Amino acid sequence: MTSLPAITTVAYLVASILFILALKGLSSPATARRGNMLGVLGMLIAVGITLAQPQVQAYARIAIFAAMGGVVGGVVAKKVPMTAMPETVGLFNSFVGLAAALVSLGAFHKGEHTGTIGSIEIFLGVMIGMVTWTGSVVAFAKLNGRVPGRPITWPGRHALNALIGIATLGLGVWFVATQDAMPLYLTVIVTGLFGIVWIVAIGGADMPVVISILNSYSGWASVATGFIIGNDLLIITGSLVGASGLILSIIMGRGMNRSISSVLMGGFGEGDLAAGDASNVQAQAAAKGVNIGDVEVAAELMRGAREVIIIPGYGLAVAQAQHPVRELTERLEAEGVRVRFAIHPVAGRMPGHMNVLLAEANIPYDQVLEMDAINSDFPETDVTLVLGANDIINTDALDEPSSPIYGMPILEAYKSRTVMVVKRSLNPGFSGIDNPLFYRENTMMVFGDARAIVDAMVKELKSAAVA
Amino acid sequence: MQEFLSHLTVFVLACFVGWQVIWKVTPALHTPLMSVSNAISGIILVGAMIAGGEALLDLPGKMGLVAVAFAAINVVGGFWVTQRMLRMFRKR
Repeated sequence: MTSLPAITTVAYLVASILFILALKGLSSPATARRGNMLGVLGMLIAVGITLAQPQVQAYARIAIFAAMGGVVGGVVAKKVPMTAMPETVGLFNSFVGLAAALVSLGAFHKGEHTGTIGSIEIFLGVMIGMVTWTGSVVAFAKLNGRVPGRPITWPGRHALNALIGIATLGLGVWFVATQDAMPLYLTVIVTGLFGIVWIVAIGGADMPVVISILNSYSGWASVATGFIIGNDLLIITGSLVGASGLILSIIMGRGMNRSISSVLMGGFGEGDLAAGDASNVQAQAAAKGVNIGDVEVAAELMRGAREVIIIPGYGLAVAQAQHPVRELTERLEAEGVRVRFAIHPVAGRMPGHMNVLLAEANIPYDQVLEMDAINSDFPETDVTLVLGANDIINTDALDEPSSPIYGMPILEAYKSRTVMVVKRSLNPGFSGIDNPLFYRENTMMVFGDARAIVDAMVKELKSAAVA
Repeated sequence: MQEFLSHLTVFVLACFVGWQVIWKVTPALHTPLMSVSNAISGIILVGAMIAGGEALLDLPGKMGLVAVAFAAINVVGGFWVTQRMLRMFRKR
């Protein structure tokens, strides 16, 4: 690859620019679709020029394997429900890691990439590729419930991780010194194992950070293979993806007021919640002095309001309540109520999760506002309806320095005249801490599944409109 | 060494470009950002095709072919699902 004909270099440059434009398009929903098509064009150019390389000859073989992958990718893309996007992204991250590890191992066996720098590059390609692959597979399994969302930890976990770190370093030195297959394949095993023990220890609600970091790793894996095969297109594209994942993890970390390293150490949170049985929930809540409301009262309050803000959380995704929420919004708007949505940066299981669900339900994006844009409007809001969210509205984050979430930015729902919280029980959120918002004067708890409750609210509003 | 340094130059510059461009992405589109970056990480397809496309099918070639299949999942699946998502975003 050292003496590429000029046309190849130019084509790779054009493809790189098209990928940059694809990402730039995402600065606004209005330009995003065109951006995506530019990305497709960039990929076609890159693949086309690669096929024209003299050493690429076995077209039939490539076509068969590319078609197999393409069909699988197409089916996944067409069928996957929007609520399952987090695990889908996790799965896609894993494939990049696997491909990078395979290409790096292949380059090793080819034996053309040697020397100190060369073997360091191969080692890094294998290491990053393996961690990305196995880590992403575990993240995928956690997100779709095949592996429990709670952190799986054991005594001596940090010691084991340190041991793996030292072993990896040692294997790296061994491999660079000998350029032997043995240390490289031991690296495959050790780093693959590390991806697993690392991610299983991280709780489900920390997944927005995890998935972003793994996204970033998949980019760095491409960069490493770019260095190995001497291909600038891979280096540029991988860097873009690496930077993207890194920035997303920074944004998610800020949204939780936690350092990325503390998230990556794992062990935080309770994971997925079990629902209590309904009668028990009501009785317990009443005993604690919580205001319990029913659907009828809730619907009546919203109907009489001028301003309603809806705060969606992960519970909305679990209950698949986005479509009933759209109906509720339309009903209220027909009554002259202004309805808007407030999105916390870490609501859901991945960056932007809630925005996609609401878009799927046909809710216009100009009705959906980011935290900083809407927080000052809560005092003028009559009703804030919270659907399946908890920690992102927890007032302990503002005024309880001993709380583990102290300092986390929240949606200031408590400032609105009435807060309605739809929740299956009083159980605390992923962080395992109670929420004082639930016990406030102006808070009303409506217990039940988000979808069932919203459906009932819609029904209530319908009959009120007829009468 | 010379070759390495030229790649390193490209790498560092690309990181800066990525840093600048990504901060401008609107938070509403962070999920499509992740899926489109899945798609473009599928660029590893290029490396896989070079390894898997040589006339002689040796061990590196076989590894390359398997990588072709996985990278193709990302390319097709990533761009497609991104387009599907972006079509849903509409203004009032």
